[in-house]
Order: sequence, then structure tokens, then C-alpha cells
Amino acid sequence: MKKLKNLTGGLMMGITAASVILIIIIIVVMLGVIILGGKEKFSWEFITSFPTNGMTAGGIFPAIFGTALMVIIMTIAAVPFGTITAIYMSEYASETSILSNTIRFAVRTLATVPSIIFGLFGLGFFIKFVGGSMDKLFLDGQLTWAQPNILWASLTMALLTLPVVIVSVEEAIRTVPRDLREGSLALGATRWQTILKVVLPGSKAGIMTGTILAISRGAGEVAPILFTGAAYYLATLPHSLSDQFMSLGYHIYIMSTQSSDVDLTLPIQFATTMVLLLLTFSLNFIAVIIRSRIRRKR
Amino acid sequence: MDQEIKASITVRAESSFTAESLKKKFRFSEFFAEKLITLIAFMSIAIIILIFVFVFRESLPIFSQGKSVRKQTETKADEPERYGSDNSGAVLNPETYTPGDLQPEQYGQESLSPERYDGGDLQPERYGVSEDSTGETAQKETILLGRRDDAGGNEKIGIKNLSGRDWQPVSDNPRYGLIPLLLGTLKITLISILLAAPIAILAALFSASFAAKWLREIIKPAVELLAGFPSVVVGFFALMVMATFFQDLFGYSSRLNAFVGGVAMALAAIPVIFTVTEDVMTAVPASYKEASLALGATKWQTAFFVVLPAATPGIFAAVLLGIGRIFGETMIALMATGNAAMISANPFESVRTLAATIGAEMAEVVFGDIHYSVLFLIGSLLFIFTFSLNAVAEFYVKGRLMRRFQGKTS
Repeated sequence: MKKLKNLTGGLMMGITAASVILIIIIIVVMLGVIILGGKEKFSWEFITSFPTNGMTAGGIFPAIFGTALMVIIMTIAAVPFGTITAIYMSEYASETSILSNTIRFAVRTLATVPSIIFGLFGLGFFIKFVGGSMDKLFLDGQLTWAQPNILWASLTMALLTLPVVIVSVEEAIRTVPRDLREGSLALGATRWQTILKVVLPGSKAGIMTGTILAISRGAGEVAPILFTGAAYYLATLPHSLSDQFMSLGYHIYIMSTQSSDVDLTLPIQFATTMVLLLLTFSLNFIAVIIRSRIRRKR
Repeated sequence: MDQEIKASITVRAESSFTAESLKKKFRFSEFFAEKLITLIAFMSIAIIILIFVFVFRESLPIFSQGKSVRKQTETKADEPERYGSDNSGAVLNPETYTPGDLQPEQYGQESLSPERYDGGDLQPERYGVSEDSTGETAQKETILLGRRDDAGGNEKIGIKNLSGRDWQPVSDNPRYGLIPLLLGTLKITLISILLAAPIAILAALFSASFAAKWLREIIKPAVELLAGFPSVVVGFFALMVMATFFQDLFGYSSRLNAFVGGVAMALAAIPVIFTVTEDVMTAVPASYKEASLALGATKWQTAFFVVLPAATPGIFAAVLLGIGRIFGETMIALMATGNAAMISANPFESVRTLAATIGAEMAEVVFGDIHYSVLFLIGSLLFIFTFSLNAVAEFYVKGRLMRRFQGKTS
């Protein structure tokens, strides 16, 4: 009887352990397949040269450059706003007030809005509404901003990554010991001084984690930039904010579904995917390490 | 508690400074900065509202298009050829509304219309680069498209059209039936959640109840890494590797189908479900587990009969969030499901999901077109749906969980 019970127990535990192992296997297989498929094409030349022969040969430099530029603009927009919101939520808002709960709910909702909706929003708000008004007001209706470009794509992406920043920073701010804050207040510092001199320096790591996670998320997402700025092929790099850009993720999507010869370009696709995956994966890895350090501190 | 202590301390701190000293040291810049912080914090609420307003606003023309289109078509009479694009359309147009005299000419021009159509074919590009779709041209195109719509038998966009069984937006008689898209999305969500939920919940149970602490600190970040895989990478993996693998395994005919898409989306949903479930399970009060163990239950009995039931509302919330994730997933659906809008119960048939429809077609429509508005309507539906899922998960489920844990422990 007891043996039977142990057997069921072992079996049940085995099932749960198997699920974990399955997840790990999936991660390893995906990483392995993509790296194996991409490494033959991957080279220094591949990441530093332009696509040639109608995108069937050559490198992916413009896509890397476009992604990097987009991510930089996105970070400039998302990180300050996210950090400030996190400061408000942890330092100013009381946990029980309806307003702060509404903000919390809004942030969480923002995190669950499908990425394609951000794309639609970018099109409807940034391109048509803001861009359209800018053209009408400043450029006499000359079409400059009311079309997809890197600025609108980056801002759309910034909205998408805003909750990522907020959540990380807030988590980090909460790990700043209360003694430090109280010490600062007791010494006569105002709340604002305490935030600037005590809370923010103490949560530097969290802001960094948030930034890294946001960059990794922004670099990988494609749906929001599908129709807010990404281009299939550009012969030149974007040189102003009103230019379109090439992006790694969009490049993968377009090459694997709509290119003229999918089989011929397969090595390029794998290598591009590998570049994107390694980029996001290593960024996430760094973030995970910093984050687990923060958690241990608590 | 913390809040109270903090509040009392700040109160004490303030009261130790006299009112005068505070007045003297009133700093405008700090006051201003704090107000600014509050303002920015409220921006996240504003963004949610703006998203809803602007996505919905673009879909509004659907509801008024019928009338305005008819008015505008009367003013311009020389352009139907442009959009008598398909061969079938070229035949249909004269029959429906061109006066009999003109028919020969129209047919004469049929040889021209392919050329014209090529012009039309360029429009996707034109959108991509958007050199000339100013507000004015967009307006003009509305007229043209409205005309085409009219030509196809006075088809007026309405509830009837939207609830149809056909999704054929690019034809002379465009039909915007959302039913196949909706059913396709539901089918793929079902497949995906049936795969993802058990795996994620069991894995979370292992991590929360059986795993040693060091092991848990490996499992959690590992799953977070899975969450970090960009969906386009998962989609690419499904398209290139999984599709072939499953086709060899099961031997069905269409390589990209709901099953492949569902499995791929499960990969995206697993981390979501796992993380929330694991959090809830570790939050189950230790007294529950200790009581169960003290009564002589084994570790696995405690896990399955105490921890799991106690965490049910949280698991429910996790599954809801997982469903929301799958429902709105675009890139995987675009790449791995085959994108054919058909109604079928067979999991090995191609499907087209709501989100993928937006992603695939938005780049090829003209600003202001009915098709464009319908895509925005789909967007609004998606937004409302995920929003309500999130709201239910947030308020109903979490509220219950809190009451359950706190009510019983105190």
C-alpha cells in the first residue's frame, strides 16, 4: 500500500519535473537549431555589408543599424517616462487610493495590449493625427511627417516597452532600504532631495535592468513597426527622423514569407535570426543576472 | 503597515519643523517637479484611453460610409475603369450600372484595365513609402474605393456584411465577414492553451513545491529567457523547423496550419502562465502546507491537493492572461498558420487569425478605405477583448485570491 502511494507520488512529481525539462529542452533546441542554421553564413562581413542582388545575397548591416537607431530613440523616450512613473507609484502614490490603483491597472493593461494594437495606434495617432497636424501647421500640407518613419516607429515601440521599464524600476526602488530613506528625511532633506540623492542612486541597477529588458523587447518586436516605419529594402541608411528604416525582425519576417526565393536565401534568414536571437538573448541574460542580484539583496 | 509607519514618520518630521521654517523653504522647482511627476504618471492612463479612442476612431467610417460614398460617386463619373480591376469585375461593372451605350467602350478598354490595375497594384508600395497619400489623395481614394464598392452591387458595409462567412476584402464585391477570422482565432487559441496551460502549470507546481531553492533559481530565469524570445524568432522557428517536423510526423497536406501555429503560440504563452502561476503558488500561506504535512500527507499530496486548489483563482487568472497573449499574437500567426480564412474544425487546416489579418493587410490598404476601417474595427475588437480579459484577471480573480488567503489565515 505504501509502495503504491510512493509510486503515484513519484509519478506525479515526475510529470511536473518532465514539464520543466520539456520547457528547458524547447529553449535549448530552439537556440541550437537557429545557431546551427545561422553560423555557416554568419561572418563579420555579413553584419557589416549591405544586401545585394535583390536581397538574395550580401549582409544585413542596414537592418542592424536601423534596429539600433530605433532602439536608441525608443530608449530616450521610454526610460525617463517609465522611471518617473515608477517613482510616482512607489514614492508618492498611496497603495490604497483609487487613482494610484488606476495607474497600476493602466500599466498592467498596457503590458497586455497586443503588440499589433500598438501598431494600429501608431498609425492612427502618430502618423495620421500628430504627423498630419504637423504637416498642416508647419509645412503647409507638404507630406513629411504624416507617413511611416523611424520616429513614429520608435515612439510606438516606446509605448510598448514603457511597462517593462516601469515594472523593473519599481521593483528596484522597493529594494532601497527604508532606513536610508528615513535617515535622509530625518536629516532634514525634503522628499524630492531624498528621491534624487537616495532612492534613485539606490535603484540604478533596476533602471539599468529595465532599460536592457526594454531594448531587448523593442529590438525583437515586429508587429508595432509593420506599418509605422519598417521598410523592406532601402539602399541608404536613414539620415533623418522622417526616413524609413530596415529592422532585423522585419527583415526576418519579410525574407521568410515574401522574398522571391525563400530557399535560396535560407542561410541569410537563419543567420539574421541568429543575430537577433543572440542579441535579445544576451541582453535578457544580462538583465536576468542583474535582477537576481537585486532580488538577493532584498 | 509600512505605509503607516512611513506616513507617521513623515508627519513627525514635518511637525518638528515649524510651519514658518517650511514656508521659508518652499522650493518652487521641487513643487514643480513633483507636479510634473504626477502628470507623467497619469500618462499611462491617458495612453490607454488614447489607444482606445484612436483605434476606434479610425474604424468609425464603417458606420457612416454607406451614405457618404453614394453622394460622392455621383459627382465623378469617369473613373470606374480604374478599379474595374479583376477580369470578373470588368465584366460585372457594365452589367450593374453603366448605361448600355457605353458598354462597347468599356469592353474596348478592358485591354487597358490590366495596365491600370498594375497601377493599382503599386499602391501597397505607395503606402510603404507614402509619397503621395496626403489627406487629399486619401480622400480621393476613399471616393474611388467607395465607387468600387458601389459598383459591386451597392454593397453597403453593415452588420450583415461583417457577420458574413466570407473574408474577401480584395475583390470586386468585397466581403468583410469576420466569422472565419474569429473562429480561426478561437481554434488556434484553444489548441495553444490546451498545450501551454498544463505544461506551464505543472512546471510551476514543480518549481514552487518540489524544487530545491537553487533549482528554482535556475528554472525561473530560464523561463524568463523563453519569454525573451522575440515572437518573430518563434514564428521563424515554427515556419522553418516545426512545420516540416510535424508534417513528417503526422503526414497532413497543408504544411502551415492551425496546429503548427498553436504549438508555436504555446511557446509564447508558457512563460506568461508559468510566471503568474508560480507567483501565486509561492504566495500560498506556509501554514496550509505545514498543516497538510503535519496531518501526514506526503509532499506530492500537499502539492496536488492543497497548493494547487488554493492557487486555483490565480491559475485561472494566469490562463486568462495566456489566452490574451495568444489572442493578440501577430507575428507567429502571420508566419506559421497559413493565413487562409476558412471555416473548418480540422486542426490541420490553415487558419487566419484576427491579429494576423491586420498585420498582413494593413500595409496594402489605402488610408480611409472601408477595408482600412474594418481592419481598425478588428483592432478595436482585439483591444476590447484583451482589455476585458485583463480586467477580469485583475479584479475578480485577484480579489478572490487575496480574500481567500487573508481571510483564512487570520
